[in-house]
Amino acid sequence: MVAPTAKKLFSVTLRIWRQAGPQQPGKFVDYPAANVSPDMSFLELLDVVNDGLTKDDGEPIAFAHDCREGICGTCSCTINGKPHGPGKGIATCQLYMRSFADGDTIVVEPFRARAFPLVKDLVTDRSAFDQVQQAGGFISVRTGAAPDANSIPVPKEDADLAMDAAACIGCGACVAACKNASAMLFVAAKVSHLGLMPQGQPERDKRVLAMVQMMDAAGFGNCTNQYECSAVCPKTITHDFIARMNRDYAVALFREKFKPASNASGGAG
Amino acid sequence: MATLDSKIPSGPLADKWQKHKTEIKLVNPANKRKYEVIVVGAGLAGSSAAATLAELGYKVKNFVFHDSPRRAHSIAAQGGINAAKNYQNDGDSVHRLFYDTLKGGDYRAREANVHRLAEVSVNIIDQCAAQGVPFAREYGGLLANRSFGGAQVSRTFYARGQTGQQLLLGAYSALSRMVGQGGVELHPNSEMLDLVVVDGHAKGIIVRDLNTGAITRHSADAVILATGGYGNVFNLSTYARQSNATAIWRAYKRGACLANPCYTQIHPTCIPVSGDYQSKLTLMSESLRNDGRIWVPKKKEDAKKDPASIPEADRDYYLERIYPSFGNLAPRDVSSRAAMRMCDEGRGVGETGLGVYLDFSDAIKRLGEPAVRERYGNLFDIYHEITAENAYQTPMRIFPAVHYTMGGLWVDYNLMSNIPGLFVLGEANFSDHGANRLGASALMQGLADGYFVIPYTLGDYLAGQKPGARPKIDAAEFKQAEENVTAMTRRFLSNKGKEPVSHFHKRLGKIMWEHCGMARTKAGLEVALQKIPALREEFQASVKVPGSADTLNQSLEQAGRVADFIELGELLCRDALMREESCGGHFREEYQHPDGECKRDDEKFAHVAAWEYQGAGQTPLRNTEALNYEFTKMSVRSYK
Amino acid sequence: MNLLGSLFSSSIGRKFLMAATGLVLFGFVTGHLLGNLQIFLPPQKINAYGHMLESLGAGLWLIRLFLLACVLIHIWLAIQLTLENRAARPQDYGVAHINRATLASRLMARTSIVVLAFILFHLAHYTVRAGHPLWSEHTFTLADGYTKVRDIHAMMVEGFSNVAVSVFYIIAVGLLSYHLAHGIGSMLQTLGLKNEKWTRGLERFAVAYCWGYFLLNAAIPLAVLGGFVKLHA
Repeated sequence: MVAPTAKKLFSVTLRIWRQAGPQQPGKFVDYPAANVSPDMSFLELLDVVNDGLTKDDGEPIAFAHDCREGICGTCSCTINGKPHGPGKGIATCQLYMRSFADGDTIVVEPFRARAFPLVKDLVTDRSAFDQVQQAGGFISVRTGAAPDANSIPVPKEDADLAMDAAACIGCGACVAACKNASAMLFVAAKVSHLGLMPQGQPERDKRVLAMVQMMDAAGFGNCTNQYECSAVCPKTITHDFIARMNRDYAVALFREKFKPASNASGGAG
Repeated sequence: MATLDSKIPSGPLADKWQKHKTEIKLVNPANKRKYEVIVVGAGLAGSSAAATLAELGYKVKNFVFHDSPRRAHSIAAQGGINAAKNYQNDGDSVHRLFYDTLKGGDYRAREANVHRLAEVSVNIIDQCAAQGVPFAREYGGLLANRSFGGAQVSRTFYARGQTGQQLLLGAYSALSRMVGQGGVELHPNSEMLDLVVVDGHAKGIIVRDLNTGAITRHSADAVILATGGYGNVFNLSTYARQSNATAIWRAYKRGACLANPCYTQIHPTCIPVSGDYQSKLTLMSESLRNDGRIWVPKKKEDAKKDPASIPEADRDYYLERIYPSFGNLAPRDVSSRAAMRMCDEGRGVGETGLGVYLDFSDAIKRLGEPAVRERYGNLFDIYHEITAENAYQTPMRIFPAVHYTMGGLWVDYNLMSNIPGLFVLGEANFSDHGANRLGASALMQGLADGYFVIPYTLGDYLAGQKPGARPKIDAAEFKQAEENVTAMTRRFLSNKGKEPVSHFHKRLGKIMWEHCGMARTKAGLEVALQKIPALREEFQASVKVPGSADTLNQSLEQAGRVADFIELGELLCRDALMREESCGGHFREEYQHPDGECKRDDEKFAHVAAWEYQGAGQTPLRNTEALNYEFTKMSVRSYK
Repeated sequence: MNLLGSLFSSSIGRKFLMAATGLVLFGFVTGHLLGNLQIFLPPQKINAYGHMLESLGAGLWLIRLFLLACVLIHIWLAIQLTLENRAARPQDYGVAHINRATLASRLMARTSIVVLAFILFHLAHYTVRAGHPLWSEHTFTLADGYTKVRDIHAMMVEGFSNVAVSVFYIIAVGLLSYHLAHGIGSMLQTLGLKNEKWTRGLERFAVAYCWGYFLLNAAIPLAVLGGFVKLHA
């Protein structure tokens, strides 16, 4: 195979959701794009289209992006109905134009969910994820209070599995793909990551109950076990973590209700 | 002229930090909640600082331009984090980590700062492990290590190839906990656009809400900047697209000195640029050079040919030829520069001619494809994803790219800039890496600053400030700073220009890369110092920023950032021109040893150059802080 | 909040109740099938079995009420969760795209409506015996020679001799099997009775079960219509 020279350029039509703000109505607008190189990333094509719009007195398309290497979780386009577009285990920024053919119409929409209100065009507000984290997605350890790192051995298998869950980039594709806009995969990944580590045990019950409660309050839908979430996850996190969280949740709920209470007061967390 | 007092404590090197901690002033717990502290940025340094200060009881406001603190670019760091744990029993120690880091920095960092960094490195690992960071483990459940460049011991802790992500998520979880408890007021989508200085002290910031366009004033008893590096001054880099220097640059314009801007690190193994539209360069782990052989065709006319059709005799394995003892494992800077020379000679490969081959065919012959796949499979996959080429069958193309800046705002031992009350952490400051940063040290420094340094040193400053004495936001200085910001916005939006912001950013990047990239010369830098001011004029006259100020407007955001990059680029070149020596990430062709290694000039340049703003259109002032090496001998950096 | 309150108010709690009631109903239909399969044995078997159930008296009513409660909870939560799920995505995508959700999973609501209709018909048919006043008088003498019991065997043969009833029955158990095709896996996932290693095995079990359930159920009306099971003398 040769390092391809003189790549064949092609044309596509971008059908993009434009919406000036959360209260304004939105609609699809077509933008023809010519001279598309197969080596261009999809977001680079949006850059080019935006430069063109700027020059032609149009308003550039707002889209979320940052690291452009699939790790920050900022980019969030639904492309032809699939969050992050065609391809497996990639974020929108890792999608290259060679995935499309000459003459294609590419439909680009924001991640749609009540819990992710639209900001503008393709940009949504995913702060609900942060709220879920703030409710319990942590291990309470004051800086400076930690014991020596090797005083808490973690079986390699557990650490590896925890890492599988911890790889979540918090992009929200799972919510976007789920027909119920459920955040179960995201929450399960965090709950499982911390729940698999010995450090995470003291707060394990409290954590899963608090995070699920916040998830519910944020307006996400309920899981119907169709696994659309894991099918589009850019880090291919498995829905088995959801089963794990369900189990954790049930156990935590029962344990909480039947656990004897101490008379100790104070000890603000 | 700014006073640059490094405030390095006296006493033996190894005791300085301990001694300092016992001597600095404290704020009593009841008073802590009366102080408000602004933290800008939520990468490793920012979120660890915000979380820790809130745990101590300070009222913290954390501003981050991302939609969530978890998206800061620390997330993208791959390799690992150094710590002098000596878990491998291979002779590591705080002193050895200190020495390696100092030497790696080409003796252009402060001894005391680097020693402190090495000391607290061990606490960082403890802290992160306790937070549940899923570090790689051995079968016995204990922490695993790997070795990294510039060290003879195995001291790097890692979490697959996503160490930065996991450490950041750890810090973010600590931050989230404090947000949930009300200790930190989090302001996402909020970009700092100016620093407010009242009576010579940093007392607040002006912020634009990126979603609504609202400009707000925030006052505090101290301001902490942890806003990362300025590598995007080159436009193309391994930085995130939105990484910017606006916070530090606006602080600079308010009087904070910017130190050693010319120290920029260039990584040799990135995927080359494929076209004009390119927005980002992707790093490929340097470990590939262990088994890959780097070459270009001997003849220019072969450069565009299918590499398979170029016979062995017509290939130039230039690193093996020029550096026979190191070969393909020549140091980062040396191999980066050699690649560029080959391309300058017209022998670069790929469509743009800016690339060299990294060939695995010998390794595949020697080890078999499965073995190569096992070692580098994920990297070959990334390469395939981006280039659609199969590196098992055809050589990879690689090229160097900017990926870290060692320079930054000048800070003293307490991480306070020359503006009292303004603290700077992480990559945004200049302090610990000297002229070059070793692999796996950036994460260490960010977390050291945030978890273990600022919580002590901030108190020393605040103890001297009356609780509750911070200015009101209707003070004249706030009004003036806000007007400064709104005027700039108005100027951009009303400009009758033609070209989008990206047009100027690309041109700036080209100038910087060409004249102030891997190898710099007096003549080239002088050209850059002509071109950049001209570009600035043109930018001001003909940039076109569509849209309005009262909504999400990404063009407007970029315009402000690129305006700052253009000015910072000029200062970077000026610093590079004045530093007439080669050291670490600053290579002046005029100053090199016969083998191409950096030739330092310790007589004239064993100092920090801290630039001080003198007003628009004025040449900034170059202050210096001498680097006094009391405990280490400055020697020639050599890895032979 | 008490345990039941917590279960009924959270998303996972309600899913858990869906799964738990689903598990009960799954157990019931499995048991029901095993009972029905006695049609292939001599008539006294199934009639004795029916008599045993009827003689439970109050116990039978408790079981019935429990099953009814399960059905009602299952339906009530299904409606509630579905309404919430729709509300969670107020605006649909312009392009519909399915990655891996199975047809069975997407038809749960629709299959459930047919199954519900069938249950009501089935209860009316055999339990209330609406339209078959004579069935109450069918009696059968058990092997002990004097216990007279209801002749369920005859009721089944007569019932399934009606082609329309049999066709409806086959369609309904088909859809119930299809409902279970997603339901079984979903139930195990929700109860967390599943991990990385079992997933594949459980999936296979679910498929095998659903086919088995459907074929064995369908065999009863087919056997009647085909004349393999006849009214006893």
